[in-house]
Amino acid sequence: MYSKGLVPLAVASVVTIAAAMALIFFYAPLDADQGFIQKIFYVHVPMAIVALGGFVAGGIMAIKHLRSGDRSWDLRSYVAIHMSIILGVGVLITGAIWAKASWGHWWVWDEPVLVSFLVVFLLYCVYYPLRFSIEDPERQARYSSVFAIAAGAFVPLNFMAVRLAEAYTHPRVLSQTGGSLPGDMRLTFLVSIVAMTLLFVTLWKLELTAKHASLALKKLKRRLDARVAA
Amino acid sequence: MPALPLDEAGKYVAGAYLVFLTLIVVYVAIIAAKVARIDRELTRLAEEDE
Repeated sequence: MYSKGLVPLAVASVVTIAAAMALIFFYAPLDADQGFIQKIFYVHVPMAIVALGGFVAGGIMAIKHLRSGDRSWDLRSYVAIHMSIILGVGVLITGAIWAKASWGHWWVWDEPVLVSFLVVFLLYCVYYPLRFSIEDPERQARYSSVFAIAAGAFVPLNFMAVRLAEAYTHPRVLSQTGGSLPGDMRLTFLVSIVAMTLLFVTLWKLELTAKHASLALKKLKRRLDARVAA
Repeated sequence: MPALPLDEAGKYVAGAYLVFLTLIVVYVAIIAAKVARIDRELTRLAEEDE
């Protein structure tokens, strides 16, 4: 069911990641200000964008669940949020490494972009205890969906608030005018975003396939147990 | 701060990319372990059914 197109997606992900790595290390020029350390940008920022996109996608899937009552949408939403949390861990660690190299500190509390991402990440960490503290599957799916929608709406609001409040202390990458990246850096950045998105979708489908197989196995076991009991 | 020299910056860049790689590898390994467990269970059920 979920495994359809997984192999071509995985191949596309590997090819795009290889292309992105080649562009990052052999094509994109060194940043005049930060030098080689700026290469972290090509993994850190796409991871952050895709993680935030995954949170929003989780909210949209949750809306589909509440509208249709189809629990497969809740599963999709859960896996999207789970994947985004994993990428979020990567964003926070790579961000800390970049901060240490650039500013001499692992974490800077007066940097709104860092702190706002941490707030979003911690908000989504609440999703797990909320989801798994409810035993009834119907209620679990419904409550999780409500949380996913509310938190998913918070993500773009948070992003906009940071933009409005602080336009000067963090390098702006994406703007209405296309940002301040030179052409070769922009191409590298765009390929990195495509690679990260493909990787996200591939792993999302992979986990969905594994979860679906696990659920099918549980159903099969119950059926066989009932047959044995009869 | 001025740009770090290449030998020092290289450690940070390698660290960041290693974090990314480790996350993906660990994640895929966990999923692979889950799929292997499902496969073992299915084999056991098929054997019991015979």
